[in-house]
Amino acid sequence: MARAVTTQRKIINTAAAWAVGLAIFFPILWTILTSFKTEAQAIADPPLFLGFDWTLENYSVVMERSDYAKYLWNSIIIAGGSTLLGIIIAVPAAWSMAFVPSKRTKDILMWMLSTKMLPAVGVLYPIYLLFIKLGILDSKIGLVIVLMLINLPIIVWMLYTYFKEIPGEILEAARMDGATLKEEVIYILTPMAIPGIASTILLNVILAWNEAFWTLNLTAAKAAPLTAFIASYSSPEGLFYAKLSAASTMAIAPILILGWFSQKQLVSGLTFGAVK
Amino acid sequence: MGRITLDKVTKSFGDVNVIPPLDLTINDGEFVVFVGPSGCGKSTLLRLIAGLEDVSSGQIRIDGDDATNLPPAKRKLAMVFQSYALYPHMSVRKNIAFPMKMAGVPEDEQKRRIEGAAKALNLTDYLDRRPGQLSGGQRQRVAIGRAIVREPSAFLFDEPLSNLDAALRVNMRLEISELHNQLKTTMIYVTHDQVEAMTMADKIVVLRAGHIEQVGSPLELYREPRNKFVAGFIGSPKMNFIEGPVAAQQGAHTIGIRPEHITASATDGMWSGVVGVAEHLGSDTFLHIHETGLAETMTVRVNGEFNLRHGDKVFLTPEMDKLHKFDAKGLRI
Repeated sequence: MARAVTTQRKIINTAAAWAVGLAIFFPILWTILTSFKTEAQAIADPPLFLGFDWTLENYSVVMERSDYAKYLWNSIIIAGGSTLLGIIIAVPAAWSMAFVPSKRTKDILMWMLSTKMLPAVGVLYPIYLLFIKLGILDSKIGLVIVLMLINLPIIVWMLYTYFKEIPGEILEAARMDGATLKEEVIYILTPMAIPGIASTILLNVILAWNEAFWTLNLTAAKAAPLTAFIASYSSPEGLFYAKLSAASTMAIAPILILGWFSQKQLVSGLTFGAVK
Repeated sequence: MGRITLDKVTKSFGDVNVIPPLDLTINDGEFVVFVGPSGCGKSTLLRLIAGLEDVSSGQIRIDGDDATNLPPAKRKLAMVFQSYALYPHMSVRKNIAFPMKMAGVPEDEQKRRIEGAAKALNLTDYLDRRPGQLSGGQRQRVAIGRAIVREPSAFLFDEPLSNLDAALRVNMRLEISELHNQLKTTMIYVTHDQVEAMTMADKIVVLRAGHIEQVGSPLELYREPRNKFVAGFIGSPKMNFIEGPVAAQQGAHTIGIRPEHITASATDGMWSGVVGVAEHLGSDTFLHIHETGLAETMTVRVNGEFNLRHGDKVFLTPEMDKLHKFDAKGLRI
């Protein structure tokens, strides 16, 4: 039975949705606002919401003190590289699991996901030592590999779920129509899976961009991405909230913009499998 | 040409034997229907012929050549699927063109064949639409169009009408029969609907649990079913089966009599019973009769004008020359 939606109910729902949305967004908003305050205003009690002297000073100090472009570049390479590498490995894996499943396919998927249940710090030592031995500590390639491995289970799962939704009969029809495996992949499967592949890429770029544990522990100066850039403004020199906020805003701005423009893809990516 | 021969073909999925050794010959130009209850292996058999499943043992020959290990694309067969299996990201035109593109047919020839198929199937106005913008019947036409343009040696249909509503199903049934008359190409058609089998087939293959129960023309199967299973499966409403002393009098374990071969009367007859549900179709009425002492329910077809109501007493007389007799194993005597 369809539920009657009254105007009153609509207003209450809308207000509630906005309240929750604002509550989630508030820390980000507060960070952005703080980045335009002076250090004194940033720690003022009671806190100042909008009535303060807006200044860009923090941004110029941050730009002066650290090489933002270098961190940004490292973030782009690490997030982009690990996602790309992950997709290249995950597409054939997900393909074979979705279309030529064996008795153990479900177990393999669970086993892959189970690696995500291990606390990362549990393997920090072995990986750190391995990185030293291989000479890839504080290198972009090292981080690309580690982040790719960390996100691979999610990439495979997402793609697997998308591929599963492509009806097998369509692929069989292509086979009957004379398509070779290669033609089947190029003309039928890939075009049909593009929305799924796109959302997977997007989600994983965001995950890799925001990843802080490995990027902070395995880098020093050379390969440090934006997470390290933010961290460099925390405690050691005392608390400089305004500058920390400016650094944070600069670090999250690119991914925020990317996320904003691809909301539709992202939502379908996060609810994958839920709607047909 | 499209002569297909199955020679001792078997198929197992793991330990489950779906098709026991099976022999079958389908002649060029024949319209063959595989019919049987769900799970009888009819779709598997079609997929073995198509090459979408590998046979476990045995040989499949198409026009005399061994095709057992050929990939589907090399068998020169076209298939129409129950779900239509159209390519959702391509226009109707591109869907129909796809097999020709794969085969490397020249562009102008492609165009000619697409236009021909579109005209024959009433799709001319829809060529630039996507499958998602079409109705079920139109989608099925596109799937048929895609099969026709390949000029295959045989068409395979896997329950193509199951997703359509009743009225459309009757129409498409006629169109496919008409198509067969025009093209005279071998067609193999899988269905669980015995009405489709009866109305369309030159030859019906009745399957149960992977076994062929009987092969024959629709009327052969109707008149002389080889066993109780075929007798019950072919014909609608179902044949009535009677066991016990009445059957023994006829020297059989079971006798079968079709609803259309029993005369009902309000006054006298050989057997008596009480009218249960009466289904009025207009031209005919199907009476479901209880308390006959013969079987739980007997179904009788009477004239649409026959006027008996629920709970009325009724007398039945079978046409003795139309009785079917079966032994204890269910085989025809």
